[in-house]
Amino acid sequence: MPPSPDTREVILEAIELTREFDGVKALDRFSFKLHRGEVLGLLGANGAGKTTAMNCLLGLTLPTSGELNAFGLPLQANRISILQRANFSSAYTALPGNLLVWQNLLVFARIYGVPNPKKKIAELMELLEISHLSKRVTGQLSAGESTRVNLVKAFLNDPELLMLDEPTASLDPDIADKVRKVVRKVQRERNIGILYTSHNMRDIEEVCDRVIFLHKGKIVREGTPSDIVAQSSSDNLEDVFIKIARDGELLDEPKKESAV
Amino acid sequence: MNFRIISALVMRYLFLYTRSPMRLVELAFWPVLDLIVWGNVTVFIQKNTDPEFGHYVLFFLGGMILWDIMFRAQQGVAISFLEDVWTRNLLNIFVAPVRSSEYISSTFIVGFFRILITAVVLSFISWFGYAFNVFQLSWWLIPFFANLMLFGWSLGMISTALILRWGLAAESLAWAIPFLFQPVVAVFYNVEDMPAWSQPIAWCFPPTYIFEGMRSVMKSGTMNWNYLGYAAALNILYLALAGWLFVWVLNLTRKRGLLTKFATQ
Repeated sequence: MPPSPDTREVILEAIELTREFDGVKALDRFSFKLHRGEVLGLLGANGAGKTTAMNCLLGLTLPTSGELNAFGLPLQANRISILQRANFSSAYTALPGNLLVWQNLLVFARIYGVPNPKKKIAELMELLEISHLSKRVTGQLSAGESTRVNLVKAFLNDPELLMLDEPTASLDPDIADKVRKVVRKVQRERNIGILYTSHNMRDIEEVCDRVIFLHKGKIVREGTPSDIVAQSSSDNLEDVFIKIARDGELLDEPKKESAV
Repeated sequence: MNFRIISALVMRYLFLYTRSPMRLVELAFWPVLDLIVWGNVTVFIQKNTDPEFGHYVLFFLGGMILWDIMFRAQQGVAISFLEDVWTRNLLNIFVAPVRSSEYISSTFIVGFFRILITAVVLSFISWFGYAFNVFQLSWWLIPFFANLMLFGWSLGMISTALILRWGLAAESLAWAIPFLFQPVVAVFYNVEDMPAWSQPIAWCFPPTYIFEGMRSVMKSGTMNWNYLGYAAALNILYLALAGWLFVWVLNLTRKRGLLTKFATQ
């Protein structure tokens, strides 16, 4: 029996999104829907098109063709109002290193128009167990501390749509576990739709409701993490990832016989 | 435009300056050194030439101070942008609900405060050190100041657009671009004393009218009002062109996917 269609509101939608760089397609007719309250993982090897997709979705790069909508509105024409309801965190961007943590967070709280910003910052810092970092210089934080400060920034405006680009990259297993749990907790409590990229399959299995595997800009697998493993000849998601990264053509692979 | 967002961005620069005293020192360091060199040259010439010529030499000091106002205004815009690039914060700003007009406006405000600080320091030192009172320009100072600041903002937007397009490889343009104009805007000499071929070029830029006006005010206490009108009209034109260029380049970098390179530079 086919899975029943998701009836939740679509908050982010890409339709036939294509992005070319010098004639090379980084994204090739990429389509997907993200529903409210859903965590969608975007997976693929380096160069598969994840970052290009994320950049298009954030409005940093314009697609060569195709359509992008968020909250039912065309992204490009409604960029500011959409970004007001969204947020982003990446392991590869930083908040100004020479400011104190609270100063950076206060600036972004004011940009997003957060009511009672100091209280909100204190609450989020407590949630992420970094209240003690408030008066530290941002540039002197460890990778784990910095990631959690970035997450506070990402949760500041109570986003309905959150894009997390490798949020656990370079974190030790303990901190990565804490980050995953907090993301999942906040996501469930606030019914946030999250687009999540990671190379850590444990992240994906724990956090994502559904995943999309990209290879050379095209979707080669889509489904829940457990379904994808079940439909492949692999034993776990990491093996599926490696096979897709190496040959990418898993779509034609025969489904694994169910064990009796 | 949302003033809450502009004030948040200005607050960020305020935090930055208060956290980094060296940045405040830099606002005064080069201008003060320039002033001391020009001041000493002025005193030397005054002592060794006839008094009438010695009076004219004061134009150097006036020119130097007003030039620095324009340069600092340009720096306010270009360096504020570079601060975001250097701290890898640019993407955080561009994925926040910040319009380019709000971003640029915040750099204008920062530029205004930068030149205010520089102008106060220079006025003080030139008065006490070299008996040159910049306030002898009286109320003319306000339109002079405003017009040079507007042209500095235009140059700042042009510098920023070029850095956006070519990345940090073009970083040095943030300092170099104003000096492209220095030889032709008659900072230290009259337009009529410039080579004939360069005089029409000089009149194309607002600062020329201001520096000519400054010398006229210092000489006779008055200036040609038309000069202020031409300077203001040209400034409106240059601001519009620079703003268009900035937005066009920003859209181009989005189209070509170049904006994201600032995350890794």
